[in-house]
Amino acid sequence: MGRLPLIGRLIGRDLRRRPGQAGLLLLAVTAATSVLALGLVLHGVTSQPFQQTRAATRGPDVVAQLIAPPPAHGPLGPGQSSSSSSSSSSSESVAQEEKAELALARTLVREPGVTAHSGPYLTASGILRARGLTAGVEAEARDPAPAALDQPVVTAGHWVSNGGVVLERTFADGLGVGVGDRVTLDGRPLRVVGIAVTATASPYPNLCYADCVWEGGPGAFSRISPREVGLAWVTGATARAMTGYAAQGNDQAPSYLLNLKLEDPVAAQAFANRYSSGTSAGAVVLTPWQAIASADGLLVLDEQQVLAPGALLASLLALASVAVLAGGRMAQQTRRIGLLKAVGGTPWLVTAVLMAENLVLALLAAAAGLTVGWLTAPLVTSPGAGLLGTPGAPSMTLPIVGEVAAVALVVAVAATLVPAIRAARTSTVNALADSARRPRRGAGLIAVSARLPAPLLLGLRLIARRPRRALLTAASVAVTVTGIVAVLTFHSTADGMVSGASNGMSNPVVNRDEQMLMVLTVVLVALVTLNAICSTWTTMLDNRHAAALSRALGASPAQVSAGLCAALVIPALPGAVIGVPLGIGLFKVANHGGVTNAPPGWWLAVAVLVTLVALGLLSAIPARFGTRRPAAEALQAETA
Amino acid sequence: MNETAAPPVLRARGLGKSYGKNAGLVRAVDEVDLDVAAGETVAVMGPSGCGKSTLLHLLGGLDRPTAGEVYLNGRRIDGLGERALARVRRDAVGFVFQAFHLMDELSAVENVELPALLAGQSARRARRRATGLLDQVGLADRARFLPSALSGGQRQRVAIARALIAEPQVVMADEPTGNLDSEATLEVLRLFESLHNAGQTLVIVTHDSRIAATADRLITMRDGAFVDETRLTGGSTGNLAALIGLEG
Repeated sequence: MGRLPLIGRLIGRDLRRRPGQAGLLLLAVTAATSVLALGLVLHGVTSQPFQQTRAATRGPDVVAQLIAPPPAHGPLGPGQSSSSSSSSSSSESVAQEEKAELALARTLVREPGVTAHSGPYLTASGILRARGLTAGVEAEARDPAPAALDQPVVTAGHWVSNGGVVLERTFADGLGVGVGDRVTLDGRPLRVVGIAVTATASPYPNLCYADCVWEGGPGAFSRISPREVGLAWVTGATARAMTGYAAQGNDQAPSYLLNLKLEDPVAAQAFANRYSSGTSAGAVVLTPWQAIASADGLLVLDEQQVLAPGALLASLLALASVAVLAGGRMAQQTRRIGLLKAVGGTPWLVTAVLMAENLVLALLAAAAGLTVGWLTAPLVTSPGAGLLGTPGAPSMTLPIVGEVAAVALVVAVAATLVPAIRAARTSTVNALADSARRPRRGAGLIAVSARLPAPLLLGLRLIARRPRRALLTAASVAVTVTGIVAVLTFHSTADGMVSGASNGMSNPVVNRDEQMLMVLTVVLVALVTLNAICSTWTTMLDNRHAAALSRALGASPAQVSAGLCAALVIPALPGAVIGVPLGIGLFKVANHGGVTNAPPGWWLAVAVLVTLVALGLLSAIPARFGTRRPAAEALQAETA
Repeated sequence: MNETAAPPVLRARGLGKSYGKNAGLVRAVDEVDLDVAAGETVAVMGPSGCGKSTLLHLLGGLDRPTAGEVYLNGRRIDGLGERALARVRRDAVGFVFQAFHLMDELSAVENVELPALLAGQSARRARRRATGLLDQVGLADRARFLPSALSGGQRQRVAIARALIAEPQVVMADEPTGNLDSEATLEVLRLFESLHNAGQTLVIVTHDSRIAATADRLITMRDGAFVDETRLTGGSTGNLAALIGLEG
């Protein structure tokens, strides 16, 4: 039999002999690769709904915003006045600017390559109030008759009519209003007559990300941020009335929107680049459909930004779990290693057998993770209310597959290389005798523990025996608390935005981020649970002789169990404490240095305490299970 | 051993331990009755696998019988819960194992004081008592040595000191010289002799007839049952080294 088939046979037999451990290892790596795969396959998941929306709304290839240059002394709000002498001169200036904008529009529609257009439509920035909420609004004047280009699809109610306003769907959702509800636009009462979806602008709260003409509210409304601006369609009369505050002193010309259809839609970006430059009379900003599609993907981009550090945390936890499991498996395979070497297996063969088993499991986990990521991506990335249709199949490209497989393999290699090499170097005689690895002696800890109650004495001495395992426990708890604190910091920051600078509207981006964080938290908690159980189980196996001996010398099973729990919880404490600043730091990094509100101290204290208590309870299960075996049996097994 | 009317320190009635079912049933210990008087040294002999060690574990509360009763100082212990059994092992029984079962990472004195610490004694008191016991077994100068730096006989003497730290009513030794050379065997036997002379009750499981000859009473086991019992003449008096064949 060749070496490869031999290795294959040995792996197969061992996996069948220890299916539980293999399953746990598979589960740990699968959890990490799932999060990573989900983050990777999300890319481009909204492109199909955007195309569906664009087709349904007869979306333009380029949206041109015709904007007058800002006045030298800034806009004035209602109630503000300028001198009467300057008023008449500025009115003339505004009229000239408006004329120049419309002339520019006529020039644009005659450009080579432009096959159709709609507009120019008057746009007005205003303040919308509904249900006690205040938001900025970019209102577009539209005819009641449908347009040939860019006709938003009405999903509820009907298209614009006198005295009515149609709201973009995510904006209406954020405000919590529906058809028939009353709102005010710059103080004018209007009824919501319809809810619609468009492909000419990114939906709330990303309207101003790519193509917003929001000019900022006057006076008290200047606090409204560009992320609190939504899109609305009104009749020309309403829009003209909204711009009417110019008559009360605003000396800036209104803006217009012009939709263009190109002969070659793919060349929209090049077309936009040519004309996005200032003119003597005004300025034109051309937004190609590709930029709008990209801005629509912001929802998913946020999710990816949540998942990227999440995948890193999950991978670190998986690494810790696999290291613990692999270490435990190696300890149990000492005699098998001795037998392999005794019948002529080289150290290379031993290393290969031990490594290959974990690598095979890692590759299986990578495949499982990719499948889970691919299947769950459409579930967690609905296109949102701003688009029509359903997301397409997530992209599963070779680089994505390679990246996920590489992470799984790196986790497996990093966790098993050292124990595999150590096993290969073990003397054959010692391995055949199945002699346990000599424990370390932590003289300081042993001396300190003599003054403590029995459970702490046993726990500290366990830590002294296997300090690297204690370090691993501390590291995995630090990673978990980092994840939990990052989630808490996100909530604290989101709460601060809602109660402080935010206008209190529901934010679909925050909601989706919360969903993602919830998924991530569940994965992290599942991994740390797995890790705690594996750690205790492995510690218990490794410590079975010492535990049996302690019982023979008079320690009760409860004391031995409590000692095992203490061995896990004591190193977990510094890990949990370190995780607090790390979690806040992680959020800052993921938030690209944006505003960060640290959670209240009691949130953090509860997070640390709950983690430690949960860890103690989780470790108690295998610890109790392990002490059921009679001490005599365990002692005899060690000497057999 | 002197005959005494005092109630036995250790008593077993119909003691049994079996594994498996039906055709696969194995009786490791089968209907054993035993009385051990205070200060008596009882040796249990028999071939490997006859149930000697299992009997010792049942008598010392390290394992639970499937039949019968065990009394220690008049108190029935076979039905006790694990916590109560742990207290029995901690306060009333000292174990000496063939494989020594010392903790590799603890020094000699730390190994000896461990049961006292588990019993809740103060660290200072436990250390004082452990040091005294190491002195008693002739290892005062090896107190800070790790087991790996001690010879087999020295390790077993450390284990005996550990068994004595709680001043137990009975010391149970399972093949205490099984892993030792002749010289170390002699060291250990001398120690047991001094314990016997001090009135310590001892139950020693062995398959070495020379060790058994030092006891007050010799019980022979086969297939889990007692097949012979011999009362010896006063235990290990005379020249011990000559008795076990080390001297002419």
